[in-house]
Amino acid sequence: MARTLPGQLFTLATGAESAREALRLIYSDRDEIVLSRKEVYLAAQRTAEQLAALGVGAGDLVIIVQQDSLLLTASFFGAALLGAIPSIMPFASEKLHPDRYRNAMSALIKLSEPAVLATDPAVEDDARAILPEEGEGIHLPQILVLTPESVLGNSDEPRLDGTFDPDVVALLQHSSGTTGLQKGVALAHRAIFEQLDQYSKSLDFTTDDVIVSWLPLYHDMGLIAGFLMPLLTGARLVLMSPFDWVRAPHMLLQAITAQGGTLTWLPNFTYNFCAQKIRDENLEGVDLSSMRAFINCSEPIYDNSHRLFAERFEPYGAGIEKLATCYAMAETVFGVTQSKIGEPARVEWLDRKALREDLQAVPVEPDYENVESAVSSGKPIGGMNVRVLDPDRNPLPERRIGEIALNCSYMLTEYHRRPDATEEAFHEGWYLTGDMGYVADGEVFVLGRKKDLIIVGGKNVYPRDIEMLVSKVDGIHPGRVVAFGAPNVGAGTEDVAVIAEIDDFDMPDEEKSLLKANVRRKVAAGSDVAVRYVELVPRGWLVKTSSGKVSRSANRLKFLDEKGL
Amino acid sequence: MSDEIGAKLKDYLKSEILHDESYPMADDEPLISSGLIDSFSLVDIALFVEETFGVRIDDNELTADNFDTVAELVKHIEANQ
Repeated sequence: MARTLPGQLFTLATGAESAREALRLIYSDRDEIVLSRKEVYLAAQRTAEQLAALGVGAGDLVIIVQQDSLLLTASFFGAALLGAIPSIMPFASEKLHPDRYRNAMSALIKLSEPAVLATDPAVEDDARAILPEEGEGIHLPQILVLTPESVLGNSDEPRLDGTFDPDVVALLQHSSGTTGLQKGVALAHRAIFEQLDQYSKSLDFTTDDVIVSWLPLYHDMGLIAGFLMPLLTGARLVLMSPFDWVRAPHMLLQAITAQGGTLTWLPNFTYNFCAQKIRDENLEGVDLSSMRAFINCSEPIYDNSHRLFAERFEPYGAGIEKLATCYAMAETVFGVTQSKIGEPARVEWLDRKALREDLQAVPVEPDYENVESAVSSGKPIGGMNVRVLDPDRNPLPERRIGEIALNCSYMLTEYHRRPDATEEAFHEGWYLTGDMGYVADGEVFVLGRKKDLIIVGGKNVYPRDIEMLVSKVDGIHPGRVVAFGAPNVGAGTEDVAVIAEIDDFDMPDEEKSLLKANVRRKVAAGSDVAVRYVELVPRGWLVKTSSGKVSRSANRLKFLDEKGL
Repeated sequence: MSDEIGAKLKDYLKSEILHDESYPMADDEPLISSGLIDSFSLVDIALFVEETFGVRIDDNELTADNFDTVAELVKHIEANQ
């Protein structure tokens, strides 16, 4: 019988090993919670009952805005047990004025018309604040506030067996970081299981694996690799909150030690973050020798980040051969490629001039004068076809750089209620990723984005959003601002840089400082990121395209050149 | 509050976190809740405070509720030195 998410959860909960540990939740400030396969199911069933009481049924959308991982698990699978469609969304962070978050979320709710918004007492205010104002044609969801007491308990038996059509949509995964309307990636049960089958093969994944994760569940890497894969295959999952981890990165390594972790997925900056910001005293007793791989995924991969990590943690059992790489996206459920577990990811040294000017990946010696390194993301997983396309969308041979396009049987069903976006994303059956890269010996090397997306600490930042904010600052002219990403090798991620032309370049330094401060404050208040570089330049500094628009790519190169980055 | 501690903190925040030494930072300017300093920098600040002033900030304490401004940080350091 074809599998569904809740059907698989039911099978595990009622099978011979229903008492086996499935989920261990670790907190920085309270005792851990351990749930068996059956207990995970029962938490979901109790939530399903509460959702059903609100009228939720098959095909209804349930938006989940919760902080507590226990409740996130219960809500996600609770909705799934009813055949409803769960979608986990971020909650506002510590910022006091998350206008941007509120606007994006209420636009999303207007478009997607969820039946219920499930939240918890800790973030209930956040969740209520994203509801659009009542008005004609606006469908407001009902609110369900869950508590641990309302989902935990063992005095029950699994009843809902999750039998239904595997081709219906199982979940919505929302793209992160846009101010515009977010796109909800709709994934069918069948596609999710095909991906999990293929991806697990590339990892030699078994139910003896122990996945340790701090990743947020609203992100595809957290939701698929760090949540659904273990919970639907019967491997153990050890989960902590990203909010705890960012304050105490050693929690991850200590959890691996205590639980015999074997796999974890991390964005590139994490390698630098762990290597540089964990105190020696927090590494006492740490033993990473149980790990099969730390998998670098979702941000551009820097060779330097791997070397920093291996240098610091090799004595603890995590040498370079345990640092694997992966290329993944929500549209293919998750994995596109995976490097071989147990081997160091392949690194190439390329002629930078050929790379930038001729779009060719020409290997040179590491000590070549104008050199740039690229890290392989590995070979395509089973069932995945990868092409590199030129600007006219014709396939390119190996070592030529172009846009990466994909074709597989586990593709998204659609972008939820966005037929325009769905159509735009494909060309003759190939999904256009927007990522630039090349293939060499069958391995995929991802170099960056076709569009000027900036990725900071795993978060997507759109330059246009930053430029619009900066344009609102008094003293800055709209249209004479450019924002882009500048590499920060030390931190293993990108920084946001802003350059703005000002009329009165001879103003006193003090006024310039104030203007720069106001640029930072404006971006900080209106976006998810802090700006690293603010440069004020005289009129005529910015490079324009032939059509008179400020060119992001040309100004980026000019800036990097001037700064020696 | 101690001018010396505040000055050292501000120097550090301006040069190492904001990367703008001319930034006009007021003692009561919200830094975390305003988004000027993002959560990835919190650990750096805790390590700096520990190394420079010998005051350990517990992982769980490091939130906007406790340390949103230079003045609040100084108060915490003075109380624990």
